[in-house]
Amino acid sequence: MTYLPKPKFRHPALETNELGFTHRDYEGAISTLCAGCGHDSISSAIMRACFELSLPPHRIAKLSGIGCSSKTPTYFLGQAHGFNSVHGRMPSVLTGANLANRELIYLGVSGDGDSASIGFGQFAHAIRRGVNMCYIVENNGVYGLTKGQFSATSDKGSKSKRGVANTDTAIDLVAVALQLGATFVARSFSGDKGQLVPLIKAAIEHEGAAFIDCISPCVAFNNHDGSTKSFDYVRAHNAALNSLDFMTSRAPITADYEPGALEVIELHDGSSIRLRKIAPEHDVHDRIAAINLLHQRAAAGEIATGLIYVDQEPVDLHHHLATVEKPLNELGEAELCPGSAALERINAGLR
Amino acid sequence: MKPTDIGNPDYFHKVVDCQWACPAHTPVPEYIRLIAAGRYSDAYMINWESNVFPGILGRTCDRPCEPACRRGRVEEEPVAICRLKRVASDYKDDITARLPAKPGSTNGKRIACIGAGPASLTVARDLAPLGYEITVFDADKRAGGMMRSQIPKFRLPETVIDEEVGYILDRGVNFRGGQAIDSLRDLLKEGYEAVFVGTGAPRGRDLDIPGRREAAANISIGIDWLSSVSFGHITKIGKRVIVLGGGNTAMDCCRSSRRLGGEDVKVVVRSGFDEMKASPWEKEDAIHEGIPILNFLVPREFLHEGGRLTGLRFEKVRAERGEDGRRNLVATGEPDVLMECDDVLIAVGQENAFPWIERDIGLAFDRWGMPVVDKVTFQSSVPNVLFGGDSAFGPKNIIWAVAHGHEAAVSIDLLLRGEDVRKRPPPMTNLVSQKMGIHEWSYDNDVALDLRYKVPLKDQAIALKDIKQEVELGFDPKLAFAEAQRCLNCDAQTVFSANLCIECDACVDICPMDCITFTENGEEGELRSRLTAPATNPTQDIYVADGLKTGRIMAKDEDVCLHCGLCAERCPTGAWDMQKFSLDISHAEHQACRSSA
Repeated sequence: MTYLPKPKFRHPALETNELGFTHRDYEGAISTLCAGCGHDSISSAIMRACFELSLPPHRIAKLSGIGCSSKTPTYFLGQAHGFNSVHGRMPSVLTGANLANRELIYLGVSGDGDSASIGFGQFAHAIRRGVNMCYIVENNGVYGLTKGQFSATSDKGSKSKRGVANTDTAIDLVAVALQLGATFVARSFSGDKGQLVPLIKAAIEHEGAAFIDCISPCVAFNNHDGSTKSFDYVRAHNAALNSLDFMTSRAPITADYEPGALEVIELHDGSSIRLRKIAPEHDVHDRIAAINLLHQRAAAGEIATGLIYVDQEPVDLHHHLATVEKPLNELGEAELCPGSAALERINAGLR
Repeated sequence: MKPTDIGNPDYFHKVVDCQWACPAHTPVPEYIRLIAAGRYSDAYMINWESNVFPGILGRTCDRPCEPACRRGRVEEEPVAICRLKRVASDYKDDITARLPAKPGSTNGKRIACIGAGPASLTVARDLAPLGYEITVFDADKRAGGMMRSQIPKFRLPETVIDEEVGYILDRGVNFRGGQAIDSLRDLLKEGYEAVFVGTGAPRGRDLDIPGRREAAANISIGIDWLSSVSFGHITKIGKRVIVLGGGNTAMDCCRSSRRLGGEDVKVVVRSGFDEMKASPWEKEDAIHEGIPILNFLVPREFLHEGGRLTGLRFEKVRAERGEDGRRNLVATGEPDVLMECDDVLIAVGQENAFPWIERDIGLAFDRWGMPVVDKVTFQSSVPNVLFGGDSAFGPKNIIWAVAHGHEAAVSIDLLLRGEDVRKRPPPMTNLVSQKMGIHEWSYDNDVALDLRYKVPLKDQAIALKDIKQEVELGFDPKLAFAEAQRCLNCDAQTVFSANLCIECDACVDICPMDCITFTENGEEGELRSRLTAPATNPTQDIYVADGLKTGRIMAKDEDVCLHCGLCAERCPTGAWDMQKFSLDISHAEHQACRSSA
């Protein structure tokens, strides 16, 4: 944590994106989290992803609940819309906002307490309904704000800072999201921006329920020996399935790849995910295989990271409900008050 | 890249750009912090130790520190280091009690300094407190050399020279004013153990073109004219004056002319405006006083009538890059330009002159008639005759003369104690953590966004009436504080300990200038291209540390680091720390203290 605002000076040769912004233009207020918090790295990855996608910050809505992770939207995208909801209720608020204005980009930012405990049900239903969003859980496996109790994602047998072992079974949010029908599922690590940034970019551009479980060490309460969410433990047990680049339809493809090692996942808006497989047996299009693989790796004591599952043809809540194309605030009087003839037709349909 | 050796004093010294660029290596950030704290006397003493003439340099220094200042790479203009130095001098208390005491007895060794300019006076100041018997000779009655004779009083008041020259002469130095040395041989016969020559570059170049002799009554050599003005022999000049030359002497000539009756004063220069030798701020000051600077005009003839100067004829030229890449001035072929005038001042360069050194006493001269001087020891081919200031390597400026004086004093002290002159004493360095609390540092790390403040000036109508009226008023304490806050405290170094780092990226994320990268190692050129922000300034180092758990390296581009300390504030393990680097160049006095201890 620092008290000083970040100085406004920036590197004179900083690159700009298509909108003419530098990555500094995607910053928010100075973080008040502990020095070295993994969450700050995730905030930084979100800023980088939005910068690289050339997203106008005011077209983004960032929503969160309660907790260290849910404080972070203040620390990035200062020009975006923000909503800090009641504990665990972010998924419902996000669903409502999305229904009212489908043209904004929705970033749900939550933690393991907010999504796996008090908001577990809310999380489940937003995923289940296929809300078009990028839902990121900043997962540190501990209740940091209340000084270090085990959370619902703490692994069984992992030790608290005071040396007590956890006896409860952990909730694996990735497995839950897969089971509930999320159309984009990934896991990453706050200490690996090379993997995390393209995942966030792909999740933002994915037009369905995209979920990223991001392991984020708590430097104050969960970065000791015996923890399974410490920097050292995650680095030692990280089993990356793949690494990827996200290409927008606009960007020229410049990277060179070895033939055969690369799978190109074309998305219907013309953008693509260029996937370099590290675990060759893993097929990112097979939901059942993904669930199996996840359990196998977990049983072997490994943490599977990377893109785990993606549906190239996602459908979202608006499609299910056949809602109007325009955001509600753009509907005119004629559309909102279609007149007595339309009312007659509706009434007739109910008789 | 190899890991950076931060134990090498040069590494962190280079990061303090101003101190590195200063010939005397004055610890600039340290005294600027003291000025901000209102501790003017302390700030003055740091300067006095290092550059001997803070009040004089705070008005006249050529400021090599300012083009080097990091602030100039971060925003538009550097910190006004020079004028802050003047603040220390203006607002200090009586510091005489803090000056080194006159030694009770001498060590019996006699040293002669020829010329009482900044180089000689520095030698005297460094050696007199050690017990050497110093005699300073000067042709002028009062000490100060070119600082007194060349710099107009409206830039440097006499009282400031008297004060700072006095501090030195009061250390028990024997000053023989009005005594010109006309034979080095005779002086050496007097049995001095060492002789230091600090006679400057006293001869102004002339311009031998048609009409020079005929119109001589109204043509003067710039530096001679300036000293005549300084000593009050000249108090008037014609209404229309042309100054030839583009250096700082030309700027002093034209501004002095404006004060002595010159109404239509012009500076005419052979080269282009940007290529002129004068410092940008001196050109600005002249233009501000309504003096046009006309470029690309080569003087061809002095026009005269009945033995009286009437004007000058110039050829128009333009700059062209020759095949060898050098800029040449070639005639444009346009008709010549005629300018009428009453007086001409020639300020086209200065030369050394040593008519008083016999060529048969074993002192070697090169083919240009310059003495052969060792660049490290400042000795001539006669080991106990040393040179410094403009007389050593040609015209430079006061701060270089001071730096030469310090080195020559070290040499003289080593020589007279029978030690090896080549074994130069190393600088004193220190590196100390500035951490005071969780988010608290001993320095103000909140970076001020203010742009450079202008020094207030005297009303021009008053300033132009009196040649002794100082033009610049200097910063008042309030402005000085605001300007001092612009300093980035580059001596508060970012020191990295790889064994403490957990590679959490916090420093990378918070750094406002994108200076820090954790990545695979590589060759310098390739590594520079793939840092968080490209490191395109090859004059600035990359700080590399290895020994991280993932096998990567930490690479920090020093170029535009603000020294805001946010990396250290955000570091959960204290792997980054802000540590104050101090470096004191060893002077003769330090050397003596250390060897006696």
